Amino acid sequence: MALQKRKDHILSGLKKCPTGIKGLDEITEGGLPRGRPTLICGSAGCGKTLLAMEFVTRGITEFNEPGVFMAFEENAEELAVNVASLGMDVKELIRQKKLAIDYVHIERSEIEETGEYDLEGLFVRLGNMIDSIGAKRVVLDTIEALFAGLPNEAILRAELRRLFRWLKTKGVTAIITGEQGDKHLTRHGLEEYVSDCVIFLDHRLINQVATRRLRVIKYRGSKHGTNEYPALIDETGLLVLPISSLGLTYPVSAARVSTGIPRLDTMFGGKGYFRGTSVLVSGTAGSGKTSVVAAFADSICRKGEKCLYLSFEESPDQIIRNMGSIGFDLGKWVKKGLMKFRSVRPTMFGLETHLVSIHKLVEDFHPTGVVVDPVTNLSSIGDTDEVKVMMMRIVDFLKNKQVTSVFTSLTSGGSAFDQSEVGISSLMDTWILLRNIETDGERNRLLYILKSRGMAHSNQVREFILSDKGIALRDVYIGSGTVLTGSARMTQEAKDRSQELSGNQAAEHRQLELRQQHLAIDAQIAVLKAQSEGIHKEMKQLSANGHQKNKMIHQQKDDISRIRKAD
Amino acid sequence: MVKKKTTASAKALAKKAKTAGKERYILRLYVAGMTPKSSQAIMNITQVCKDHLKGRYNLRVIDIYQQPALAQGEQIIAVPTLIKKLPLPLRRFIGNMVDREKILVGLDLKPQKSK
Repeated sequence: MALQKRKDHILSGLKKCPTGIKGLDEITEGGLPRGRPTLICGSAGCGKTLLAMEFVTRGITEFNEPGVFMAFEENAEELAVNVASLGMDVKELIRQKKLAIDYVHIERSEIEETGEYDLEGLFVRLGNMIDSIGAKRVVLDTIEALFAGLPNEAILRAELRRLFRWLKTKGVTAIITGEQGDKHLTRHGLEEYVSDCVIFLDHRLINQVATRRLRVIKYRGSKHGTNEYPALIDETGLLVLPISSLGLTYPVSAARVSTGIPRLDTMFGGKGYFRGTSVLVSGTAGSGKTSVVAAFADSICRKGEKCLYLSFEESPDQIIRNMGSIGFDLGKWVKKGLMKFRSVRPTMFGLETHLVSIHKLVEDFHPTGVVVDPVTNLSSIGDTDEVKVMMMRIVDFLKNKQVTSVFTSLTSGGSAFDQSEVGISSLMDTWILLRNIETDGERNRLLYILKSRGMAHSNQVREFILSDKGIALRDVYIGSGTVLTGSARMTQEAKDRSQELSGNQAAEHRQLELRQQHLAIDAQIAVLKAQSEGIHKEMKQLSANGHQKNKMIHQQKDDISRIRKAD
Repeated sequence: MVKKKTTASAKALAKKAKTAGKERYILRLYVAGMTPKSSQAIMNITQVCKDHLKGRYNLRVIDIYQQPALAQGEQIIAVPTLIKKLPLPLRRFIGNMVDREKILVGLDLKPQKSK
């Protein structure tokens, strides 16, 4: 272990300078190259200045590394106002002498070129600021403004080359921002001079929805994530999500989570879903998807755990009211802080941004259960593949966090029931299908489990009944080749009951008859017994009388012979 | 309205004509150390002033290495930079001041050549 550590230490050639920006340090495996300049490029409004400003302010507040911000486009006052909304108190940092801002302003119309010159003025200003506060970090935003201000490009290029080399010798970690050009990464080819690390920010429109992305184009001397990562600017600044780098290495748990519906738990081997798995509840409109997930959310909160409810269709109040009608008081959990709703239309922002904000919510709220209702609405802002990729990221992320996630999916009337709209069924561990069937002038809800990985589960179709007492599952009527639900089931059950009843009565009648026969036979037996006893007595009597007679005859004989004095 | 404007500008022009060739020039030359470029610039501009602004100029040479704060205050990027503070408009000249023609035009000491 110790050897391994030492080896790592020897091998770690490039020192990193952490930016403190969530996600960016993960993608770059520790931060920007320390002591070297990094180029941040991108089109207008993609967040270059913000990233640079965060790099400096977080450097001060989180790593105690003073920084210099040289602005070519905005003055210190404007900068301070712009980033104040993101919680960065620039003025205070300047007062503490941790931050120095210099506004470099060049008025092209004032300038006449009269021979050879160099940019020593810029060097002096920068050097002066770096030395005065002991800066470790430097931002030049956007140095390309010089190209507009100074006419001689040859001198400028030579001087820029000298500047970046000089920054390296100063040992400061620098960020240079550059506007995206037509053919090059930057309009004036800055990437030619700053080639240690290049980060590209993108802000693109898909279906009229803007999405921010970040990509590390190159990073000399270090490995880095090469994908495009979704980024978000929120009230705490820039946030990058290295989500797509998640592997399939999440831990699994054998613990179970109740579905919130006792009978449904029974269908899942008596215990419910596995903790940390993904569950899909799909069905047509009005089949009770939201009710099933609300039951789950309710049961999570009942155990004192937290549940995050992401709704893309209904407002929190509407969900609370509607679920109140079937006996789930979700408002109570919200008040207790156990449940959090986030209701936004999918079209509010891009898929990536949704992803990032869900990511952030989960990180901040630490729920053990997440409900997404319904995922199919996301298809309005991206095609099936994109939504699938996003779902994959969400599912992987939640699994990694050991969060049980339940998604609802709307199946449109015409399509096959066992085909989820957004092609996510294969991502799901458990799939509950809800169906509406219409028979005899009524619609009834059916529920069955299409799949549930790694556990024994019922293969039976159940009737799904919503009432003000909650959700109940009933066995459907299966007999004589038909499956009946709803009132048909009840009629059939009543019929069965009456049949059973009449059958019972017949049996009782027969039993009574038999008992009577039995009694009659018993009576006969008693009579015969009495007769036989009489006969027996008579027989005894007769034999007793016979004896007496014989005795008397013998006596008589003896008496006679005694009288005759016979010898 | 139009008439008033015309008279105002006419007045200004008349004033300008009166003071022409009499205004005091305040010039600041910023250099970074005693480099060949710096000395060339100092030499050249001093010559221009002697030739054209005799007795009515104030030229100061400032080394930004000595006074880096001034570089920031005066928005100096390139050196050498000559700033014409007065008379207005403010104008900057960058380079070693070899282009005498341009300097004279810029200092309003010579009319711009018509093309």
